[in-house]
Amino acid sequence: MSAHSDTHRAIDAVWRIESAKLIAGLARIVRDVGVAEELAQDALLVALERWPESGVPDNPGAWLMATAKHRAIDHVRRDKRLAYKHEEIAREIEAQRDTGVDDLDAALDDQVGDDLLRLVFTTCHPVLSTEARVALTLRLLGGLTTVEIARAFLVPEPTIAQRIVRAKRTLTEAHVPFEVPRGAELADRLASVLEVVYLIFNEGYTATSGDAWVRPTLCEDALRLGRILAELMPNESEVHGLVALMEIQTSRLRARVDARGKPVPLLEQNRARWDHVLVHRGLAALARAEALGEALGPYALQAAIAACHARARTREDTDWTRIAALYDALSQVAPSPIVELNRAVAVAMAFGPAAGLEIVDALVSEPLLASYHLLPAVRGDFLVKLGRFDEARAELERAASLTRNDRERELLLERAASCRRSVAGAP
Amino acid sequence: MRVIVMVKANKESEAGVMPDEKMLTEMGKFNEELVKAGIMLAGEGLQPSSKGARVNFSGSKRTVVDGPFTEAKELVAGFWIWQVKSLDEAIEWAKRCPNPFPEGESELEIRPVFEAEDFGAEFTPELREQEERLRQQIAAQQ
Repeated sequence: MSAHSDTHRAIDAVWRIESAKLIAGLARIVRDVGVAEELAQDALLVALERWPESGVPDNPGAWLMATAKHRAIDHVRRDKRLAYKHEEIAREIEAQRDTGVDDLDAALDDQVGDDLLRLVFTTCHPVLSTEARVALTLRLLGGLTTVEIARAFLVPEPTIAQRIVRAKRTLTEAHVPFEVPRGAELADRLASVLEVVYLIFNEGYTATSGDAWVRPTLCEDALRLGRILAELMPNESEVHGLVALMEIQTSRLRARVDARGKPVPLLEQNRARWDHVLVHRGLAALARAEALGEALGPYALQAAIAACHARARTREDTDWTRIAALYDALSQVAPSPIVELNRAVAVAMAFGPAAGLEIVDALVSEPLLASYHLLPAVRGDFLVKLGRFDEARAELERAASLTRNDRERELLLERAASCRRSVAGAP
Repeated sequence: MRVIVMVKANKESEAGVMPDEKMLTEMGKFNEELVKAGIMLAGEGLQPSSKGARVNFSGSKRTVVDGPFTEAKELVAGFWIWQVKSLDEAIEWAKRCPNPFPEGESELEIRPVFEAEDFGAEFTPELREQEERLRQQIAAQQ
């Protein structure tokens, strides 16, 4: 390995670590994330030119920032709206020269955090489409290249490049301020940020196809973003809730398929294969959400449900009464037929199939679930347990006709057939 | 990817000399940076090997050997588990670590954890069903 390519790999790594802070700090000065990213890229080019000769400096982040700020000054000089900023930046550069790096680090720590938060709220701004938010967040905060994002989402690179260019232009044209929303606006805007992170996560977690290597990295990217957010907004319970949910879900990745690649349902998973480092982190994050003392939001509630499974050493240890109560709370804050169906399952596990059936019967006319195979599958299961085999058979057959999963269809038809035998054999 | 970063032991750590306040502060700051960057999964300092034990295997025989053990350089005084994008990123972070034993020689060893191949079977058509379910759930919650 030549020294030259070693330096290039080191520069890549420095960029990965520093780019978000760099772009965020510059955006505060120039008030435009697009321009900020260009300035940061320019500084990177200077580094690529000089570092192979001079070696990587001791504090590469500060070096990049100083270089970029000098360029920012030129930019600000050209832009009259920003004229007043000129002196401020000059002062910052001066301060950096005069102060020891350590003192400066401490002094700038808060500032860096504030800038990063502003950047998050900008890349997840509702003026952008969801797709644009996802791409821009991964690019500017996650430090991913356009190529990496394209590969992860299985779309051509120019599509992502275009999406990012347009997103930056939209932000400029809409005069989106580089700031953290306050008061009543904060809750909505935070929901938009968390949605972007969870979308990235699910894209990795429920990968449809493609390169096995790439997709789980999206889970890692989302988790990393979530953990960064949790440090930036330690008093927001839903941020910890989302992190907890993602940590616990990720802990099951290894156990979700068997040796032949077949999916393994949660209750049948080998709990020894769960990643207990992540389980532990998830439970700790949930504890932080709960410690804030507010009523739990949708993410924290889903995490609390996941935590019930994570805490149970065997499936028989599962606290279904608590899960049913949590689904009850979830259906209050985020009502949806899917949540209701899940609640029915938990209630049936806790209080018997008749109680579950009562909830499911109320869902039968729900249009959102009209072609959802799990509704008749769940209803059929309850009916079997209640010994109502004729009705059960009809539901299981209906479920089989709705599923697109061959293996699941087989299982459903087998159960339907055994219902017929039970009816025939009944006295 | 996940890496384990091991802080190698030396004579001081093996003698049970505790880090001074300055080192604790600097290490605390470094740990804080790792947490803020979202890469630190776990990290612990280890007591000297004199407090530990080894279980040796020879065929079906097991022998317990109490510490301390010789060859301080080959022993571990602490470790982190980091979630990083690449070995290079881990190296870059490791370079930013304060020298754990400022008066002498120290070493951090970075070793990637096996995990990627575990995901190999993850991407089956069967899982599409689950994706569908999640998407519906997200859509329904909007």
